[in-house]
Amino acid sequence: MNGKELLKIEDLEIRYETDDGIVYALNGVSLHVNEGETLGLVGETGAGKTTLAKGILRLIQTPPGKIVNGKVYFEGKNVLAMSDHDLHQVRGNAISMVFQDPMTSLNPVMTVGEQIEEVIAVHNNSLSKEEIRERAIAMLKRVGISADRIDEYPHQFSGGMKQRVIIAIALACNPKLLLADEPTTALDVTIQAQVLDMINKLKTEMNTAMILISHDLGVVAQTCDRVAIIYAGRIVETGNLRDIYKNPKHPYTVGLLDSIPSLTRDTKRLKPIKGLMPDPTNLPSGCPFAPRCNYASSACSEAVPELTDRGNGHLVRCIKDISGKEGQ
Amino acid sequence: MAKEELLRVENLKKYFSTHSGMLHAVDDVSFSLAKGETLGVVGESGCGKSTLGRTIIRLHEPTGGKIFFRGEDITDADKKRMKELRRDMQIIFQDPFASLNPRMTVSQTIEESLLIQGLFSRRDKEGLRKRVHELMDLVGLSERLVNSYPHELDGGRRQRIGIARVLALNPEFIVCDEPVSALDVSIQAQILNLMQDLQDSFGFSYLFITHDLSVVKHLSNEIMVMYLGKMVEKCSTADLFRNPRHPYTKALLSAIPVPDPDFHADRILLEGEISSPIDPPAGCRFAARCRYATDRCRQGDIPLREVEPGHFVACVLD
Repeated sequence: MNGKELLKIEDLEIRYETDDGIVYALNGVSLHVNEGETLGLVGETGAGKTTLAKGILRLIQTPPGKIVNGKVYFEGKNVLAMSDHDLHQVRGNAISMVFQDPMTSLNPVMTVGEQIEEVIAVHNNSLSKEEIRERAIAMLKRVGISADRIDEYPHQFSGGMKQRVIIAIALACNPKLLLADEPTTALDVTIQAQVLDMINKLKTEMNTAMILISHDLGVVAQTCDRVAIIYAGRIVETGNLRDIYKNPKHPYTVGLLDSIPSLTRDTKRLKPIKGLMPDPTNLPSGCPFAPRCNYASSACSEAVPELTDRGNGHLVRCIKDISGKEGQ
Repeated sequence: MAKEELLRVENLKKYFSTHSGMLHAVDDVSFSLAKGETLGVVGESGCGKSTLGRTIIRLHEPTGGKIFFRGEDITDADKKRMKELRRDMQIIFQDPFASLNPRMTVSQTIEESLLIQGLFSRRDKEGLRKRVHELMDLVGLSERLVNSYPHELDGGRRQRIGIARVLALNPEFIVCDEPVSALDVSIQAQILNLMQDLQDSFGFSYLFITHDLSVVKHLSNEIMVMYLGKMVEKCSTADLFRNPRHPYTKALLSAIPVPDPDFHADRILLEGEISSPIDPPAGCRFAARCRYATDRCRQGDIPLREVEPGHFVACVLD
């Protein structure tokens, strides 16, 4: 798993300037992904997960969105400073994206074959029509759809099958990095298991690195090598999978893990995190989690804590040293 | 099981007539629910779980079968009687964004059910105000939100309004149709605890419909698993997780991603997808995806059998 560094994000800041004020969506996110590695990006609604994924590919709509600061290095080159021509080589080719909603991310008036062929054709000028079609068929088979369905339209496919088509499109150009934004959230569990199983197989076969964005700690635990927890536009904790799940150090991570009803243990009562996510147009000063935190003291609201290394690449943005799983 | 029975459903059927044939949404489902208990209904999209919940409180007219509430046959109760009964049987809907009237404030929304059921007169402003505040307090909505509109509130708070509206009538039986599915986990836990507290203090019976097995495990006394309109397994919560008998239940349980990196389930990957509920073929509806299926599975009705005391399975292979 210790491949070369493929993607490195430094201090990325993204805002949306709306009539209701400035939405501070990302407030200085730094992270990296190595070749062939899967990073789980976990957070709740409004934490900035999707903004981060879109920011990597410069897909933030401007206005209202604005990348205020930061750098995104992909294989050493800053994506944010690339010419449109260079960016085009990266998008859909070296980095591709799978969106959450399989129902709306396919074009309803194109056959699935045409949609897979499109991305292959755009990035491979030298291929003939037949070669493109051949590749599209091969891709369709790889995601477990029989070749005779290539001329069907999206409405003829179920949700799980549509998501397979979308993954086929995303992987058609053999990308080095796949950004998967809640790829299985809209699917039923048995179908989710099929799709995750397929993603895992293909990723290993093609040695694709992946950022898996999810709110589901179960999906992340079963798929990822490393995890980053995002809250109010900041990474609050990151580390390898075991450290995060077995030895969480940020009170938010601890709270998230405690809120899930367990299938393996019997709990009489859940331990929710009190309160709500802060309003991104009006973030509290200091640690954004402090108002909901059981361990917070006055020092917490003075300044945003730095990410500090607790060993083994386990970074935590908290001034306290709480040992996970213990009470207050 | 000497507990007092509140609801009994016998051979309930709900079919919808569609262009391409008869859609068997709920097919021959029977169960009973005791006072103060929770029956979890799990299954995937299209298994008929929501239709079941709605048919029981007669938001859909049943195609066949009987519904008994407190011993009274309500299958054919008329409109007037149903309105009276709905004071005692209520529903919390899945989508806190779609189930509230966007043009009504929090207090108007909660008041509405009190007024419709005639529990308060419109002139009794003071009494009404007090009751609304009491209800908001019960569900953890702060008083300052009394004049807010749904669009000003987040999903968790909206779901609390939905719950307050139901509580207003002091019902005995509540159908909870995926009440926490639209919420983030940290908020989901808040709402689940609230529902548990309310059950403890008021003795509600819940029919808790969800696709999330960890949520039903947490809340239910008994769980019923549905597949394509049929009940395939029903037993106590502990039994279901310790000793699932139906192949579909086993696959469903093994498919849940567990938030523990050390947990490696022997995942049973199901082939294919749910088949069409329109004019389903005879035999077991799961047979097409079942790795154990034989010819016997595709012939005739598969009866629900009690394989252990209180453990019902509809599988010929068991």
